[in-house]
Amino acid sequence: MAETRRRAGGAGRSAVLIPYGWLVLFFLLPFLIVLKISLSATAIAQPPYTPVFDPSAGLAALKEFLADLSFDNYAQLIADRLYLFSYLRSLEIAAVSTVILLVLGYPVAYGMARVARRWQGLLLVLVILPFWTSFLIRIYAWVTILQHDGLLNQALVALHIVDAPLTWLATDTAIYIGIVYSYFPFMVLPLYAALEKMDESLLEAAANLGCPRWKTFWLVTLPLSRPGIVAGVLLCFIPIVGEFVAPDLLGGSSRQMIGQTLWTEFFANRDWPAASGVAAVLLLLLVVPIVIYQHQQARELEGA
Amino acid sequence: MRRGASSFNLAAVALGLAFLYLPMAILVIFSFNASRLVTVWGGWSTRWYAELFADGAMLESAGVSIRLAALSASIATMLGTLAAIALTRAGRFRGRTLFTGMVYAPLVMPEVITGLSLLLLFVALDLDRGFWTVTIAHTTLTMCFVAVVVQSRLVTFDRSLEEAAMDLGCPPGRTFLLITLPLIWPAVAAGWMLAFTLSLDDLVIASFTTGPGATTLPMRIYSQVRLGVKPEINAVCTLMIAVVTAMLVVFSLLSKQTRANSE
Repeated sequence: MAETRRRAGGAGRSAVLIPYGWLVLFFLLPFLIVLKISLSATAIAQPPYTPVFDPSAGLAALKEFLADLSFDNYAQLIADRLYLFSYLRSLEIAAVSTVILLVLGYPVAYGMARVARRWQGLLLVLVILPFWTSFLIRIYAWVTILQHDGLLNQALVALHIVDAPLTWLATDTAIYIGIVYSYFPFMVLPLYAALEKMDESLLEAAANLGCPRWKTFWLVTLPLSRPGIVAGVLLCFIPIVGEFVAPDLLGGSSRQMIGQTLWTEFFANRDWPAASGVAAVLLLLLVVPIVIYQHQQARELEGA
Repeated sequence: MRRGASSFNLAAVALGLAFLYLPMAILVIFSFNASRLVTVWGGWSTRWYAELFADGAMLESAGVSIRLAALSASIATMLGTLAAIALTRAGRFRGRTLFTGMVYAPLVMPEVITGLSLLLLFVALDLDRGFWTVTIAHTTLTMCFVAVVVQSRLVTFDRSLEEAAMDLGCPPGRTFLLITLPLIWPAVAAGWMLAFTLSLDDLVIASFTTGPGATTLPMRIYSQVRLGVKPEINAVCTLMIAVVTAMLVVFSLLSKQTRANSE
């Protein structure tokens, strides 16, 4: 038996090599290149950056390469208010959206966990399904609804809630609607997973001991769903910080999120080192939440 | 004993689902609108589908996207399944923390970062950008989703059958193909489908890593949407939703059947 396990372990170990190698080559190495290029000067040549490190030239080349490194891009990132504002705006939008998602997602996840078991599978599929359709399509759906003569304004005017059509597109409200809509399943699913596991006899025990319902929720339900809250918050917050499609199609052009800034630097200005600098700083901002997220995932798996 | 759902619970679920589905429903309904204006209903019509199928560039992009999604999903399924096996079966090995990190990080990494960094790698390696570089990029992203899906199945997997086979002298590779794979296939298939749709839907990573001649469908849609809303876009989006929904229905029927057979 132990022998069998050991052999299976050996097989697992050789299985790891191919995906490991792939991820080192196509996930880890690119980040190192981003860091390196963010320390390069802009050049007009293709590829538009210098210096290019040539490992075959040995130590002398390495020395020259290090001497050529430049922190100009970072200095510029700090000096230019545009970048700073982009970062702050991204963090703000991500934080506010995540709070809205949590407040809206929690009652839905809680309701799903409370309906009869035989319906839960279907509800789960219904919540997952939109995740399988494109972000682009989901945002596009809102572009039509939020247009000046779109369905939302038509409905609001018809119901006499407003007298004249409101402006929705190119506002922050539109960005929040698009982001909350797109990330809704990412928040509901981990919350549901945590709430569904909860032992309901704990709630009854609290009720029998005379605990009011809001207090039971605060003292029992909420703490027990903590892993779901942490997972949902991180699963939404981290990618929203770098979100591109929603602010680009729904938001105004005056104040950009950092994903848009990076996109503009890269595609419009063709300033690769600046784009890499933006990406490197964004990565540094997100390292802590990403590490917490991974820690959480690993613990969840060991608990399962 | 369950206390059941209160009306507040039911209302929350109903509103949540309405929020998720109403915009999609509107998009689909307006793809059958006879009017050129996407906001005014002019009666039922399929003219935008006809125009769509006459749009050569759009069709070409659809072809590129489907080939790309099928290829990258297949490679990603193999790599992701191997990664899942490594994560659940290999125990502690050197560099495990790094490996786990590399599997989970792409799930939350903003796409602009993944796209940009992969592009810079391709430039550094002096690869011609186009179909193949996007394939590599999508494989890298989607294999991590496959790994998570398959891993969640392997964690709850009863290993006694595998052990029996190996005790009877079946080599590990063969045991995997004959015992493990048939038992976990619904998860592997789900992983493939998830990888396929993620690749089909991706705009950002493809935009960074593509080259001349490989414009994917989302890239084509995006450039049109930037110019304004058109009913033709509603039609292509509806078709994409239909493809994904059809795949999910087929899959859930198949896996239900497998479950019924094995019980």
